[in-house]
Formats: sequence, structure tokens, C-alpha cells
Amino acid sequence: MTDLAVNAVGVGKTFGTKEGDVVALTDVDLTVEAGEFVSLIGPSGCGKSTLLRLIADLDSATTGTLEIFGKPAKQARIDQDYGIAFQQAGLLPWRTVGGNMALPLELHGVTKAARATRVTQLAELVGLTDFVDRYPDQLSGGMQQRVAIARALAEQPRLLLMDEPFGALDEMTREYLQGELTRIAAETGAAVVFVTHSIPEAVFLSDRVVVMSPRPGRITEILPTNLGPSRTEALRESTEYFERVTAVREALHGTPIERANER
Amino acid sequence: MSALAGRADPRPPAPWVRVVAPIVVGLAILAVWFLLVDVLHAAPRALPSPVAILTEVGKHYGIILEDMGITATNALVGLAAGTILAIVLAALAVTFRPIDGMLAPLVAALAVVPIVAITPILNTMFGASSQFGRQYVAAIAAFIPVFVNVLRGLRQTRPVHRDVLRASAASGAQTFRYLTLPTALPYLLTGLRIASSVAVIAALVAEYFGGPADGIGTAIATYAKSGRAALAFAYVAGGIAIGLVLFLVTSLLERLVSRRTSV
Repeated sequence: MTDLAVNAVGVGKTFGTKEGDVVALTDVDLTVEAGEFVSLIGPSGCGKSTLLRLIADLDSATTGTLEIFGKPAKQARIDQDYGIAFQQAGLLPWRTVGGNMALPLELHGVTKAARATRVTQLAELVGLTDFVDRYPDQLSGGMQQRVAIARALAEQPRLLLMDEPFGALDEMTREYLQGELTRIAAETGAAVVFVTHSIPEAVFLSDRVVVMSPRPGRITEILPTNLGPSRTEALRESTEYFERVTAVREALHGTPIERANER
Repeated sequence: MSALAGRADPRPPAPWVRVVAPIVVGLAILAVWFLLVDVLHAAPRALPSPVAILTEVGKHYGIILEDMGITATNALVGLAAGTILAIVLAALAVTFRPIDGMLAPLVAALAVVPIVAITPILNTMFGASSQFGRQYVAAIAAFIPVFVNVLRGLRQTRPVHRDVLRASAASGAQTFRYLTLPTALPYLLTGLRIASSVAVIAALVAEYFGGPADGIGTAIATYAKSGRAALAFAYVAGGIAIGLVLFLVTSLLERLVSRRTSV
């Protein structure tokens, strides 16, 4: 079963606070195939970010088993089987763009020459070749986020974890980076787990959309999009796309939404 | 236009204004001083003319420089020892919570001890021929601002940066080197800038309370008491020069380091 990028069985997470235990996530069963693009969507407090942090071993699950490529999450983190990007780019301001992209490589003892080669590739992949020697504060928000994605891809991971990476960007930049991300995901062949609270974003990017609901955080529905491998701008205006968006919206609201012309 | 004339201009002054303005004010004060002492003869006898002070500086610059060397060395030795001790203890306090609990009240107590008050005791303790008492006083004085600032700086790492390092499987030592230390560096230099002035003052004032018969402070006390006010003021100018040089060097360092910390 090692071709599964993520295999979660009965995963739950409880945070102990002064006011008692808070159940952030309960009884989550989820599999992500290698190379598959899966979005987690839901209102705040539904545990979508918590689930991503459990997969990344930034927090540990209270119950259940969680395997990444057939290994425990901690081992997968140490082996660098995944790369991760957050809503904040989280670049180190005292390092250049190239230095930030190469940070994971430097931490793992990759030689300087090999790092330079990889940075050239990464910069080309995210379209920042002319900015390698700049500092993060000289870049726009969208460019900073592209540096963060390049950093996540530095170790050529088979799994890319993204926690609302475009959440703080304007709509234009957002749609542009969504297109870029589908291209990058296809080029690298990595599986992606993508947390978002934007329905169109989830539908446009994903092979499957995982709908979650709060109190306690759990998966309520998993919707395949069946939109095929090609995600172009034309897709955003197609009928199937709107149908999927509606389907996800209805899944989020729990009941079918009455349309004005059906009353 | 007349309605606007009375309002303050919200724009910051041009760079040349910021350099020229304090020089103009300084020269104006010197002019008034000169006028009071040399032209109107309206000042008390203990206040010498700026011309007389400059003449004394010219006549005795050799010995003044020698004494400046003694006081500056004491201040620098104290600054270095206090800084190193402060960094080590702050690092320990951040790493081990119980040590933080033990140190915090001690440093608070140390901060309110009038350092000058214990100087006669230290001078007696280490003998009249040793500079150690003075260096010791400078070290204690320098320790406090460095410790307080470094301790703060070591706690400024952002959660997203810690997540990035953890997700990149960085070891504890690597996290310290790649994240905690660079984050704290601007704080260290702020502490160092404050400590540099404090160390000079402490080293100089400590000389008023015995110890070897050299240094700027000893000379000021001696010549002030024996009625050679102009020479005493010449030494004061020497003291100002030491403090100014140290302040400028540390400010420059701080500015260089703080340039890339805004993201």
C-alpha cells in the first residue's frame, strides 16, 4: 500500500486547554493517492488546518493511525517526503530569495554547488529567475508565496502540503498562482493536499474535494471533480465547473440550495 | 496660503537638514558660552571659556589621550565581559525555564543596585593598583541592557518560521543557528549600543572612588578640585569623545544588521 501518499484511519486530535479538552478533529478517514490533488475545504474551526499539521507532523494525532507513503508521519517528516507552504510565506528576511529556496537543502548538508544548481531549477519553475539575489522585502506578496512554494519543492518531495497559501493574496494573483500550481504539480508529479476556504479554488485545482464541518471537526463528504488533467482558464467558465462549484457549496451547507427559478 | 503657514509641515526634513541642524545648534551654544564668559564676563569663575578649554586640549593632548586609553580600555573590557556573560545567561534562560525563573529576579535586583555605590568597596577589595574594580563595575553596568535585550530577542521567533524549520527536519542546534540567533541579532546590537554608553559612564565614574591614579575620571576630579577648571573640561571632552566613538560604532553595526528584518 505504499503508493498511497496519505493514509489516515480514525484520526482524531484533542487539544487540552484550561477550560477543558477541545476536540479539533474526530474520526477522520482519508486516503490520498500518489500524484493526486486533494483539497480540504470547510468553515473555520472544521479542523482542516489541524489535519494538514498532523500529516506534516507539526502536531501529533491523539487517536488513530496516520501513514505517509506507508511510514509514520514523524519518519516521513525526517525523510523529507513532503514539502509544505503556509498562508504566510514565512521567508527568512535576512536570506536572499535563493538562500530561502535552498534553506532545506542547506539544513540537510547538500553541497554548495548542488544547491546552486537546484536553486536555478527552482527559480525557473516558479518564474523568479531574475529575483534570486533579491531579499524577501523587495518582493510582492505573490512573489514571496512563489518563493515559499519553491522552498517546499526544494527536496523534490512526492507530497506537497499547502495551508491556504493564496489566502492573503488578491483575486488576480490568486487565479494566476492557481494556474501555476496546477502546472507545477503536473510537472513534478507530486501529490498535493491543499487547505482552502474558497470553493472555486478547491474545484479548479482538485481531483477530489474533501468537505469538512466544525464542532467537532470531521469529514462530511468527499466529492470527485472529474474535470480531467487539464486545468486551463477556459475551465473557469465551463458548465461542469459551475456544477462542481454548486455541488461543493451544497455539501458545505448541508442541504440543496433552492434556486430562484425553481420556486 | 496664510491659513496653512501656521501649521507644522508633516513631511520629514531633508537629510542635509538633519545633519546641519544639530551642528548649527551646537555652534550657537558655543557662541553664547563664549559671549557670556569672554565678552560679558558674566559667568561664574569655575566655568572656563571654550577657547581656554581648546587651548588646554592643545597643550595636554598627549596625556589626555593616554588617560582616555586607560578609561576606554576599562570600558571595553567591561563591555566585552558583560556582553559575553549576558549572552550566555540569556541563552541558558531561554533554553531552561527554571534558570529563567532563577535569573529574572536576580537581574531585576541587579538593575536597581546603584552600581557606583559598590565601587569604593570593589576598589578596596582589589587594591589601589588594580584596574579590575573599574572593569568589574563597567561589566555589571553593561550586562543588564544586553541581557534584557538578548533575552527578548531570543523569544521573537515567529511560529511560521519555527514550523518551516521543523517541517525541514532541522535539529535543535540548526534551529538555533538558522533561526533563533539571526532573529535575536538586532536585539543584541540594540543592547550593545545602550551598554556601550553605560559602560563608559560606569568606567569613568568608578575612577572618582579611588583605585590607580590614572584615567579620565581621576584627572577630572583632581583638576576640578585644584582650580584648573579649563583642564578638567578638556578631560571631559576626552570622555565625551570615548562615549561618542563607541556609540557611533555600535549604532552603525545595529543599522547594518537591522536592514533585513522587516518581513
